[in-house]
Amino acid sequence: MPLTRDQITRRAALELRDGYVVNLGIGMPTLVASHIPPGMDVWLQSENGLLGIGPFPTEAQIDPDLINAGKQTITARTGAAFFSSAESFGMIRGGHIDMCILGAMQVSQAGDIANWMVPGKLVKGMGGAMDLVAGVRRVVVTMEHNAKDGSPKLVSACSLPLTGRACVDTVITELGVFRMQRTGPSAGRFALTELAPGVTLDEARARTEAQFDTPAPPTVVAV
Amino acid sequence: MPDKLSPSAAAALADLAQRGLLKDGMTVMVGGFGLCGIPEHLIMALRDSGVSRLTCISNNAGVDDFGLGLLLRTRQIAKMISSYVGENAEFERQYLAGELQIEFNPQGTLAERIRAGGAGIPAFYTATGVGTPVAQGKPTARLHRPRDTRGGAAPGPDAPTTEFVRETGLYADLALVKAELADTAGNLVYRMTARNFNPMMATAAEFVIAEAERVVPAGQIDPDHVHTPGSYVDRVVLAPGQKRIEQRTTRPG
Repeated sequence: MPLTRDQITRRAALELRDGYVVNLGIGMPTLVASHIPPGMDVWLQSENGLLGIGPFPTEAQIDPDLINAGKQTITARTGAAFFSSAESFGMIRGGHIDMCILGAMQVSQAGDIANWMVPGKLVKGMGGAMDLVAGVRRVVVTMEHNAKDGSPKLVSACSLPLTGRACVDTVITELGVFRMQRTGPSAGRFALTELAPGVTLDEARARTEAQFDTPAPPTVVAV
Repeated sequence: MPDKLSPSAAAALADLAQRGLLKDGMTVMVGGFGLCGIPEHLIMALRDSGVSRLTCISNNAGVDDFGLGLLLRTRQIAKMISSYVGENAEFERQYLAGELQIEFNPQGTLAERIRAGGAGIPAFYTATGVGTPVAQGKPTARLHRPRDTRGGAAPGPDAPTTEFVRETGLYADLALVKAELADTAGNLVYRMTARNFNPMMATAAEFVIAEAERVVPAGQIDPDHVHTPGSYVDRVVLAPGQKRIEQRTTRPG
């Protein structure tokens, strides 16, 4: 059985480590916040100027001056800090954020990512995505394995305009987990390290255009 | 320092007009992220001034009936420099009809271009946007990262270099910003995530007007708590805002 969206976000939460400073993208990545393992201290950064996102507010707690990058009302946790957009992106660009989790339209076998623009369609802008993929220490992508028309999203080369080049470290889809190898002769190539329960390697290959390695037999995703 | 308190947003803009600085085709920075921390009243006063063919530097473009959306509706904006404009149908219509120019900047690049402009830095190099449409036509250079962002110490001279793209500083004719608290000397304090682009914009324009929820006499703000020193600010307007919410999200309780 391929993973559900909820299971993809649960699996993504397992990438987090105690003490991490993390930026979560809009949409599916935002849901990772509710799956942070109990007892793990993770600091969520919001690029509009907050380190330490808390839970959504109650009706009585709503404050129009306190929103996240998706423009949703939020709260600030104990120990939080506010800062300007320049400070926020200095934090991002300077490598002071441990991990970001974001969605993608395409990821290439070299780790390029495209997630902001479809030529011929209305372009709404890249927001902070280009800064995040260029500056954050580890870039994790959560996405559906294939587009609505069935075409692969893990491709040999992105046909869509890029958000960033050779920057993706981990891709989690409903079929499994792909990790960019950073050392040795396979550096710069993805390895399939985990498969969803019941998903075969042949199925993963059939639905993927990108080349990837299997240096060890993939394990079953634990969610 | 002279008293910078102006009786209204319109009066502050009239002071600008008197100096011959309020003119068609001018460049205006407008603070805010979404509708959070936008100078609501100054935007309306700018609309009412009738100035046109504006270049607006602002992270977003408001919504159809609020924020910069008001200036789009009246066709006073010719060009936007923004990172994301997703919440505005009128924007979409004018852009598709070729009536409105848009220059998309990555959000961090936009923030740093404004900061640089205000700090007298003509250009800087960033890894953001390398290999993307954003870098097209811009000079690039292979440099060492100040810090290896994938962990480890600063790279030595023999370490591999990374490609960076050159971005330029931004400076405007006018900046409209929103503060929580101002004093009559122009010192500003922002509140929570309403700070966003406001502090950089307050440093990066020929004339800077701040609207504030509260204004106090100089001396009432602890100098240690000032976010924007008063010397950057030309006029202060007392104008509590509506503070509209775009995405009201709650939990039970």
